[in-house]
Amino acid sequence: MKTKGKVVGVNGNMVTINVEGRVSMNEVAYISTEGKKLKSEVIRVQGADVQAQVFEITTGIGIGDEVEFSGDMLAVDLGPGLLGSVYDGLQNPLPKLAAEAGAFLERGIYIDALEAEKSWEFKPIAKVGDTVTKADYLGSVKEGIFDHKIMVPFNFFNTYKVKTIVEAGTYKIHDTIAKIEDEDGNVFDITMVFKWPVKRAIDCYAERLKPEEPMVTMVRLIDTFFPVAKGGTYCIPGPFGAGKTVLQQATSRNAAVDIVIIAACGERAGEVVETLKEFPELTDPRTGKSLMDRTVIICNTSSMPVASREASVYTAVTLAEYYRQMGLDVLLLADSTSRWAQAMREMSGRLEEIPGEEAFPAYLESSIAGFYERAGQVRLKNGAIGSVTIGGTVSPAGGNFEEPVTQATLKVVGAFHGLSRERSDARKYPAIHPIDSWSKYEGIIPEQHVGYAYKVLKRGNEVEQMMKVVGEEGTSIDDYVTYMKSEYIDAVYFQQNSFDEVDAAVGVDRQKAMFSLMLDICSATFDFSTKNEARDWFAKLRQLTLDLNSIVWDTSDYKTKQDEIFSYISSKKSSNDEEGQKLIKELEAVK
Amino acid sequence: MKKKIYSKIESIAGNVISVKAEDVKYKELAEVSTAYGRSLAEVIKLDKDLVSLQVFAGGRGISTGDEVRFLGHPMQVSFSDNLLGRIFDGSGMPRDNGPELADNLISIGGPSFNPAMRIIPRNMIRTGIPMIDLFNTLVESQKLPIFSSSGEPYNELLARIALQAEVDMIILGGMGLKYDDYLFFKETLEQGGALSRSIMFIHTASDPVVESLLVPDISLAVAEKFALKGKRVLVLLTDMTNFADAMKEIAITQEQVPSNRGYPGDLYSQLASRYEKAVDIEGAGSITILGVTTMPGDDVTHPIPDNTGYITEGQYYLKGGRIEPFGSLSRLKQQVNDKTRRDHRAVMDGMIKLYASYKEALEKKSMGFSLSDWDMNLLKYGKLFEQNMMDLSVNISLEDALNKGWGILAECFTKEQTGLKSDLIEEFWPKNAR
Ligand SMILES: Nc1ncnc2c1ncn2[C@@H]1O[C@H](COP(=O)(O)OP(=O)(O)O)[C@@H](O)[C@H]1O
Ligand SMILES: [Mg+2]
Repeated sequence: MKTKGKVVGVNGNMVTINVEGRVSMNEVAYISTEGKKLKSEVIRVQGADVQAQVFEITTGIGIGDEVEFSGDMLAVDLGPGLLGSVYDGLQNPLPKLAAEAGAFLERGIYIDALEAEKSWEFKPIAKVGDTVTKADYLGSVKEGIFDHKIMVPFNFFNTYKVKTIVEAGTYKIHDTIAKIEDEDGNVFDITMVFKWPVKRAIDCYAERLKPEEPMVTMVRLIDTFFPVAKGGTYCIPGPFGAGKTVLQQATSRNAAVDIVIIAACGERAGEVVETLKEFPELTDPRTGKSLMDRTVIICNTSSMPVASREASVYTAVTLAEYYRQMGLDVLLLADSTSRWAQAMREMSGRLEEIPGEEAFPAYLESSIAGFYERAGQVRLKNGAIGSVTIGGTVSPAGGNFEEPVTQATLKVVGAFHGLSRERSDARKYPAIHPIDSWSKYEGIIPEQHVGYAYKVLKRGNEVEQMMKVVGEEGTSIDDYVTYMKSEYIDAVYFQQNSFDEVDAAVGVDRQKAMFSLMLDICSATFDFSTKNEARDWFAKLRQLTLDLNSIVWDTSDYKTKQDEIFSYISSKKSSNDEEGQKLIKELEAVK
Repeated sequence: MKKKIYSKIESIAGNVISVKAEDVKYKELAEVSTAYGRSLAEVIKLDKDLVSLQVFAGGRGISTGDEVRFLGHPMQVSFSDNLLGRIFDGSGMPRDNGPELADNLISIGGPSFNPAMRIIPRNMIRTGIPMIDLFNTLVESQKLPIFSSSGEPYNELLARIALQAEVDMIILGGMGLKYDDYLFFKETLEQGGALSRSIMFIHTASDPVVESLLVPDISLAVAEKFALKGKRVLVLLTDMTNFADAMKEIAITQEQVPSNRGYPGDLYSQLASRYEKAVDIEGAGSITILGVTTMPGDDVTHPIPDNTGYITEGQYYLKGGRIEPFGSLSRLKQQVNDKTRRDHRAVMDGMIKLYASYKEALEKKSMGFSLSDWDMNLLKYGKLFEQNMMDLSVNISLEDALNKGWGILAECFTKEQTGLKSDLIEEFWPKNAR
């Protein structure tokens, strides 16, 4: 029999329930109010009173309202049909919710995440008599371009023998496709869908690997200077308006991965709509299919209930881990992790826990670490490799990175793309700070090469700072030219126009070609007699290069423009230093 | 259902009272009768039979023997065309000697719009202000505050945009509005012939502070109904800082742990649930929200502007009587500025980049460094930019502003120095320039 209880207190979205019977932590309970059943999650147990966070607006809940406990933890459905979906934080499909309840999010309506009536072409992989354990493949169905593996559910902790398996054919997700038997002779029906509690990591792999392979984002500044690795983690902190969301949106379109999970966590609904409306229209150049076919959107925006916002990032990462078990590369983009942290803070405040810094709960750090730890590249039991990469934006209060969420995040991630207000004010997008940011991963261009260019940049930056003190007149022409070089690289390589069709996404080959041009400029000695001459010359060079940036790669127009640039450079260049020459040759050799 | 009346108030702290009562719902409304009159109160906490209520007229003068009568429903407001041209106070009572409205009551603070039902905003709202139209285009269904220090003419700007914008109706939500400002809005709307398509919910500086808490919800609930009926509604909310401060007051009375400078940890969510009401409804109308957020201490990192900036779709930064190019932002501009004129985006970005360089040159000058030709050009440019683009007295169309922009560029720079793409320069560079 299910445990029951009655409401004895309401405070914001936290409800206190007096319970008769057993309850477990994180169990889902339904509160009956105004003829609706409102979903909630147990977050504290204290004698006969338990506290639950309600995933809905709590208006109208009264003392004595009946509560029914489900016996299950907060979980998501895993099975074919997830791709292309738009869910709220609890995996309710939002378009279906609209079809059922209209334009507004009426509370108390929960809809199955996966279509029960849809038919799938199932092909068996396992044979009768095979020994299987959790996450082993029993068969597969075609989900878009992917072979969606039908696995032994992850909560099957023993060893089983396949007793029966259906033949190839069309089945629905709730059809039994196999029967498996444990060592004690218990037989279990396996369908194509099962539940998994979102707050538990899926770890059905053989081993975790060190993230080494670059995950190409097509953003020059990232791929070349602050790369992200498949299975790695990175964060994008920045004040409001600095470009976090635009950067993530570009990444969600262009990243060279199989599947992208977008967690729109506690920010603007309007921003999700852009993705929602555009992705079905855009073709993924890698597959020729619609971008939506590789995307799942978890959308729990700022005016949606806070408790489901807290759950939403876990829902998202659980789906990512699920697809990783099929040997796929998955990218999870969470915007913004600060809103998730704030959801924890709101709840912690209502529980009257002892607050930490800025009233965040004491477990903030461990929660953030626990979330990012769910990323990783893994070798599966069958030898295949899959990965979950996590990129989270951080929205620090006052734009100040010295705050708990940014600091806790920086401790655990592998790359830091810090956005700067100064750069975004000056419309230098993406506003990733080229000096403060860092990455521990290897990118598409060898470290030594990047390092060489970086030295020039740093030096140029120092000259700029110095010039603020001693003026242009107190600066030598050599230093001034170094400064010009760094400004040039900033303008044509770091800055990238997300709204220009061509410049928005730059492939690896193009980045390499461009980078070799940068090396050429970095290592060159020029004959300038005055600073004015140098400035004007570089202005023209910048102009030519910006034009090049918006010409389609590998076309005759591109070649023509490139040649124009080369000859323009040689008109003023006297030589390149030795190291530069060597590095350029090496880079050309790899191509 | 007849509700019981309770006449024993257990505690009074700030604006929050508590009574022992039965069969009360969370967020239910009650009426408190005191020696000084009646006030509405809202249930903000239930703990067994102890009910905490936030009294909108404030706790001052309430006695433990005063009566509390529960109304059996949450806050509601009447909705009909009769609202048009009317002025109400913060809790929806007439302020204009007109009749009280009680028909067709609707709830306030309703559920949010399903994100999957939203559409991409697509209509530019023209204002004739170059800093808006050219550089930070306002879009129908946008939510956007004016960030301002207290002495700035933000209400004038708000009123000017409201009158110039092509919308069907205007709802003004005033919070802590100075009486003079209230009269200013009334007169301006009247003179602009807009009063009959306006509704005002006005909480003035002399009204009890917490009463302002209802203003955004009432204004937006009414706006939502009109939008569903096909109206393009512009909601003006001034000043949201007063709203946030009222929330802070309640939070402190309730002994909530403050997160940042005394503000409650849910400040972000509270503000967001209001601003996110802005919407463009497919096949119906829209809600555009223009707010005012005065920045305490002129500090944009203060929790109120800071949280607001993370929620709204940009902000107009009003400083020294001008809309600042830095800090100002319309996040929706790219939805429309590719359909205006081919050079719009490039001129917008290019001119701002050059203005940033101008600021550097200005700095150099103030440090007493010798200035290069380039610096001199920039100084000239900055001055022209401020006169022709930033000055709020300029009132020209977007197209004229773009042409003006090219004119300024040509007057100050060579083609290469602008950093603009060659094909645009070909097309738009003034023919009579060097
Ligand atoms: N890469 C970019 N190219 C051009 N404009 C950009 C770029 N990134 C951001 N912007 C501009 O800045 C605005 C704010 O960016 P957004 O990503 O929404 O900021 P955040 O998420 O950090 O608050 C955008 O609406 C756009 O106008
Ligand atoms: Mg954002």
